[in-house]
Amino acid sequence: MTNTVPVKISAKDVKVFYGDNQALHGISMDVYQNEVISFIGPSGCGKSTFLRCMNRMNDTIEHCRVTGSITLDGRDIHEPALDVVQLRAQVGMVFQKPNPFPKSIYENIAYGPRLHGLAERKADLDDIVESSLRRAGLWNEVKDRLDQPGTGLSGGQQQRLCIARSIAVSPEVILMDEPCSALDPIATSIIEELIDELKQNFTIVIVTHNMQQAARVSDRTAFFHLGNLIEIGNTNDVFTNPTQKRTEDYITGRYG
Amino acid sequence: MTIIAENPIKAVAAPSQVQQKVIASLQKRHRKERLFRALGLSAVLISLALVAVLFINIFAKGLPAFWQSTITLDIYFDPKIIKVPAKPVQAADESDNDFRQRDLAWQTQLGFINFNRLITDSLQQILPDATKHRRDLGRIVTSGERFALRDMVVADPSIIGQTRTLQLLTDANIDVWLKGNIDRSLPDEQQQLSPKMREWVDKLSADGVIQNRFSLALFMNPDSRSSLASAGLAGAFMGSFYMMLVVILLAVPMGVAAAIYLEEFAPRNRITDLVEVNINNLAAVPSIVFGLLGASVLIGWFNLPMSAPIVGGLVLSLMTLPTVIIATRSTLKAIPPSIRQAALGLGASKMQAIFHHVLPLAVPGILTGAILGVAQALGETAPLLLIGMKSFVASVPASPFDQATALPVQIYLWQGNELRNFFEARTSAAIIVLLLMMLSLNGLAIWLRKKYEKRW
Repeated sequence: MTNTVPVKISAKDVKVFYGDNQALHGISMDVYQNEVISFIGPSGCGKSTFLRCMNRMNDTIEHCRVTGSITLDGRDIHEPALDVVQLRAQVGMVFQKPNPFPKSIYENIAYGPRLHGLAERKADLDDIVESSLRRAGLWNEVKDRLDQPGTGLSGGQQQRLCIARSIAVSPEVILMDEPCSALDPIATSIIEELIDELKQNFTIVIVTHNMQQAARVSDRTAFFHLGNLIEIGNTNDVFTNPTQKRTEDYITGRYG
Repeated sequence: MTIIAENPIKAVAAPSQVQQKVIASLQKRHRKERLFRALGLSAVLISLALVAVLFINIFAKGLPAFWQSTITLDIYFDPKIIKVPAKPVQAADESDNDFRQRDLAWQTQLGFINFNRLITDSLQQILPDATKHRRDLGRIVTSGERFALRDMVVADPSIIGQTRTLQLLTDANIDVWLKGNIDRSLPDEQQQLSPKMREWVDKLSADGVIQNRFSLALFMNPDSRSSLASAGLAGAFMGSFYMMLVVILLAVPMGVAAAIYLEEFAPRNRITDLVEVNINNLAAVPSIVFGLLGASVLIGWFNLPMSAPIVGGLVLSLMTLPTVIIATRSTLKAIPPSIRQAALGLGASKMQAIFHHVLPLAVPGILTGAILGVAQALGETAPLLLIGMKSFVASVPASPFDQATALPVQIYLWQGNELRNFFEARTSAAIIVLLLMMLSLNGLAIWLRKKYEKRW
């Protein structure tokens, strides 16, 4: 990565505590514009916790305390003037388990834009719904049944619906928390292709347990262990030539 | 190469020691399971049988009360008896108030008229030997019916001078006699009806003048002690209705709001723990304690009227509140957190996430809890006794602030009425009405649940 690529998100010494339990021990890293960066590491290493810091979803967990600074486009996301609602409109999130609303496919996509007043007329909303579904590669499969419940789709389709739902509010960053862990290999490969296309327009941070997936989709990879960031670098370098012993052990399957 | 077993029995390997132990324990396990199933099944059957006995008993006793002995009479609205001036008509220059006063004065005049004379005169036509027994004659038709005649005149004064065929309820004791609810072989001094009356009633019944007819008196009239045959449930029903209204308007929104706050917004700390424990305690407080509270606080301090449905409703609201809160909270807890996260992740505020996504999913559970709470309040008696709702009220309450009684209290009152062989059936009939109201409330809960669940 050269310095000409602008930094999208910058974290400095981020620590997270769950009550008395420290989950992250001072993480500092930059996420560049329009890159796909993946977080890998064994269970409980703090990668999801760190991901959730980026759109302040940890705020919803009780007794959770975050210190350090995270900036989005140079602006501190914890500054009082910044509304968390605005932040989450800028930094969208896709969760581990597909969680469409128990409403129609159309309503699932239209909810976000309607919430933020992005569409003035019904036709605008229709356009947003169609383009979001198209970009999530779901349009052709659902265009004839937009009024049917989103929960009636297959798991992979549901996850793409959730991706379309977050695209619909035009975020700049999309956080994905193990988006394929509940999907079969075919649905997984469709989502991976989708991620590849989405990086034209979005910065994507993806947490994954699947190292092949990290290798396939991401430009850079960060390896977490026990709440520490052990190594971060170009995906190729991390996987073929890790600088840290622990990274090598994890990648070669000695633990994890 | 094929292997042929020399002896097929030998080919089956003898069970190993471990397996033998397993087999030995199997029998015991199966026996336990059979025993448990049999116990469960018999528990279900016994409770079903008891419920069936209860229902059959109540219906067998109560249904006859919906049919009452009714006498068909030609009533001549004799102008010699009904001597009143023409019904006042509002003059063009007369104020509403003046007219109402004039009209009331006219009605008071009507009240002085002995409408029972119309009935006895008519009875005399069909009972020629009645001149010597005029006192008995006046007791055949229940005393409340004279007011029905008066109301007919008030409604339409042109009826004076005409003859109408009317169906009037007979005295409660005649109903008892004809239904066979009293031993006919009892000596005269133990009979409620004089020998002459018994003779007449049997004759009129044989002639078809007195028949057992379906009567709306039970539904349309308030309670009565002077005219037992026309005692009805209308007052108690309206009392219960107003109380349910108060409960639905107070306990349900307050309970749901409290539950949403406690479950979704309140921080988890000592104070909320304390609140939670106390809500659960409140649900376990005996209902009569709420009655004491109503009597001392609502009536004693706030000077709310005694025996009024508003007080009953407030007391029952307090009692229902924990039920609604607990039901709503458990429903909210059961909504998957992923839905909240999805909404929050899109930039919905906490309140939007709850009101747009969580509550719609929780509606069936909330409604079920609320309706079951209301049904429980509907059947509650003890607290009402303490706030004066067991007093005898002979009118239908027009507002929640009027004196009234409630259905379960009416059952309690009728149960204690001295004319046992008439009121036993009426008590059961009141129980049937109450049970039907409960069942329809529960049915409503099931219907709403199905309706809102069906959406997805």
